[in-house]
Amino acid sequence: MTKAGTTVAAADPSATAVRLPRRRGVELALIVPAVLLPVYGYCAVGLARYGTVPPGAAGYGAGLAVLALLAHLVVRLRAPYADPLLLPIGVLLNGLGLVLIYRLDLETPGHEAAPAQLVWSTLGVALFILVVLVLRDHRWLQRYAYVCVVAALALLTLPICFPAVNGARIWVRLGGLSIQPGEFAKVLLAVFFAAYLAANRSALAYAGRQVWRLQLPTGRVLGPVVAIWLLSVGVLVLERDLGTSLLFFGLFVVLLYVATGRTGWIAVGLLLAVAGAVTVGRLEPHVRGRIGEWLHPFASIEAGQGPGQVAQSLFSFAAGGVTGTGLGRGHSILVGFAVKSDFILATAGEELGLAGLSAVFLLYALLVERGYRAGLALRDPFGRLLAIGLASLVALQVFVIAGGVTGLIPLTGLAMPFLAQGGSSVVTNWTIVALLIRVSHVARRQYDGRVAP
Amino acid sequence: MTRHIRHAAAFCVLLLVALLVNTAWLQVLQGPSYGGNPANRRPAIARYQQPRGEILVGGRPVTGSRDTGEQLRYERTYTDGPLYAPVTGFASQLYGTTFLEHTEDGVLAGTDPMLSGFPLWRDVTRGRPPGGHVVTTLDPAAQRAAFDGLGARKGAVAAIEPTTGRILALVSTPSYDPAELSGNGPAVAAAWARLNHDPEQPMLNRAVRQTYPPGSTFKVVTAAAALDAGVVTDLDSRTDSPDPYRLPGTTTRLVNEADGCENASLRHAFTWSCNTVFAKLGVDVGVDGMRAAAEGFGFNDEGLRVPFPVAPSTFDTHVDRAQLALSSIGQYNTRATPLQMAMVAAAVAGGGQARAPYLVERTTRRSGGTVSAAGSRPVRQVMRPTTAARLRELMTGVVTDGTGRNAAIPGATVGGKTGTAQHGLGNSGTPYAWCISWARADDAMEPGVAVAVVVEDASARRGDISGGGTAAPIARAVMTAVLRSPPAG
Repeated sequence: MTKAGTTVAAADPSATAVRLPRRRGVELALIVPAVLLPVYGYCAVGLARYGTVPPGAAGYGAGLAVLALLAHLVVRLRAPYADPLLLPIGVLLNGLGLVLIYRLDLETPGHEAAPAQLVWSTLGVALFILVVLVLRDHRWLQRYAYVCVVAALALLTLPICFPAVNGARIWVRLGGLSIQPGEFAKVLLAVFFAAYLAANRSALAYAGRQVWRLQLPTGRVLGPVVAIWLLSVGVLVLERDLGTSLLFFGLFVVLLYVATGRTGWIAVGLLLAVAGAVTVGRLEPHVRGRIGEWLHPFASIEAGQGPGQVAQSLFSFAAGGVTGTGLGRGHSILVGFAVKSDFILATAGEELGLAGLSAVFLLYALLVERGYRAGLALRDPFGRLLAIGLASLVALQVFVIAGGVTGLIPLTGLAMPFLAQGGSSVVTNWTIVALLIRVSHVARRQYDGRVAP
Repeated sequence: MTRHIRHAAAFCVLLLVALLVNTAWLQVLQGPSYGGNPANRRPAIARYQQPRGEILVGGRPVTGSRDTGEQLRYERTYTDGPLYAPVTGFASQLYGTTFLEHTEDGVLAGTDPMLSGFPLWRDVTRGRPPGGHVVTTLDPAAQRAAFDGLGARKGAVAAIEPTTGRILALVSTPSYDPAELSGNGPAVAAAWARLNHDPEQPMLNRAVRQTYPPGSTFKVVTAAAALDAGVVTDLDSRTDSPDPYRLPGTTTRLVNEADGCENASLRHAFTWSCNTVFAKLGVDVGVDGMRAAAEGFGFNDEGLRVPFPVAPSTFDTHVDRAQLALSSIGQYNTRATPLQMAMVAAAVAGGGQARAPYLVERTTRRSGGTVSAAGSRPVRQVMRPTTAARLRELMTGVVTDGTGRNAAIPGATVGGKTGTAQHGLGNSGTPYAWCISWARADDAMEPGVAVAVVVEDASARRGDISGGGTAAPIARAVMTAVLRSPPAG
């Protein structure tokens, strides 16, 4: 458990405590390629399309570098023990997302999304800096658990008052901006789940009766679970947002299991999830269509209506092969609507190939792994659950959307963290990374003999 | 708690493995089958991503490409669309390709493996070599002369170089502009519908895809058969042929448009196109002899490619003697494409040797290197050289004295045969005026051109006068153009 940064220096036996390496230099060294790779990608797109390096390449690289360096400085000042991988991974994924969106912008003149995404990324990094600066101790969040859940519920129900966009009611349009409040609600709910479960761990684990081999919880503690389940299904029905419901529910089940260690919870959770999904799948034509498209992605081709979005997405991935077509040389634009958001991975798959896509998946896996490692290293239950919750959030979201566009599971509208177009998503993901930085800072600081715990 | 965190981590690893395995399966194993799905536009996009190679006539491209900036980027253009349409065909983003655009598509589109110097490297970079060029055998002056000669009339011209089989002109009118079909918009669909429903059939390539009753021009074949079979040994001795001729086994009497055909010599009968003499000659030669001669010239050959397929010309071999008599004067089931009749003239001009006609001189890379070249073609001896020499004498007579005087060219020896073919129920269809001929410049060792012209001519009332009146001037214009052209390099 103490693997995270235990380069124990035994050189000075007279010292009363051993100084733990802070690893900020490693972080800085990793930020350099994390900035250079997207700049290279940006140049590659320009070279592939016009034979010249795009004029904005230097400015773009400088902007990304300044953002990354500012974030690095703040981490160095306020969270010096933080995990050195988290920030570079965030920078790299965000930069790659900007490159992919810029590349797709070339196919949709007049509907450029990259500039807005850059502004949102700046906002995201600003929020990252704010969180790292202001949140001195993550346990402070535990006090505001119920504020968080109320805010999350408010954010979730807000889009119901706004018109549906493309079949899903998950956007709030204010002026020219469209915001997806469900994204922000994710983090708030993770905080609430972690706080609630940290407080009620024993009651959930040891109360209740045994049915066959399952330890079932009592009615009193079952209440919140059922409430959460109803909430997920409610969101699904009212907003037709299968992805968010799945995400919340998965997050809750994972945290419940981690907190209590009861497999009974998983069984109950899965039963409820299946019951809910089957009911909604039967009743809701939008969801039923998605399931039909998953089972038979080429049905519309056979019916003579041309390929559907999932079919186009599969064509994109297949066209990529092992090495990909190269940035700017693919035709993922054929996917059509949502190619820059939900289907952004199709562009990555076609132009970067299996090699590039696997690298992207491994980057996410590394991000999740660092979260889990911080969770393992921490001692307070809230901190552990918060770290696990945030990391699982990323893992589940990547799986649900990546599995959806590659035909592994039914497609649900979720944004690929950092890569996809969408301001709310980028800002939320930077917040998640900021929280993980804080948590990992606390997790590693406790091993530094020179710092009082 | 730690143990359960590890379980949850294991679950996340499971998700990652599922994603990686699924992606690998999708991108590596499913790639080829998804890439070949007809609903996948990527092959079409790749095909039109680069300009198509050019088709060259007389060293100059008659095609081009236009950058539309659309998804299917390059569209075909044609410098003289209607003039070369029977050769180039069209290259449409909606309706595929025809003729040379079709048969040479691999070279033109850049997919021919021969175009790529390093195929393995191309596989790695996924590059596609630029489209190569197709150099045709056409003579632009002859093509233009034939097209202008036909003008607004319906008809076709095919011209061949007898010593090689190179096709010098291939014209069909009325024609169309293949550029109208290049793109993929609604205008293209409208043009397609209009062209297909046009009663004039502008997209029909009459020179190679349409057969016509050859009428009197088929008498060249019959004369060759009679001379080769020894039925006639002297061009100027009397034949035993009545006028009118009663078709064997029937009461039908065959008459002549010309005078003096009773027992006429072969020379007189050929010069003035006596039906009775040639009908009887055909019967005297017999089915086997007639078939051997006709098939020697290329009739009943279903495999002729120039490189696009040519409609087979037919000489019916399951006939009674009356039908054989009619077949021998180019009626009944005898039908020929203009290209086939040009081959007949070419075989006579070329000393009885028939060469398979071809249209593509060579194909080259964009950089100029040759990909493939028309090698030496197989030669068939169709008739005895003496027979060919006598036929040349007969055909020359037609031009100097007979029905083909309109084909004469000063400074050249010209041989020809005209004809008119009635057709339709009770001969109600518009008659076809024919002229087949060849020419040798006086300073040349070998004849330089053989040509066949067919024109649908409402004014053709009396047989060979019309063939000589409407078709022969066109043949003369084409032959003059070829003889004046500098020799192809």
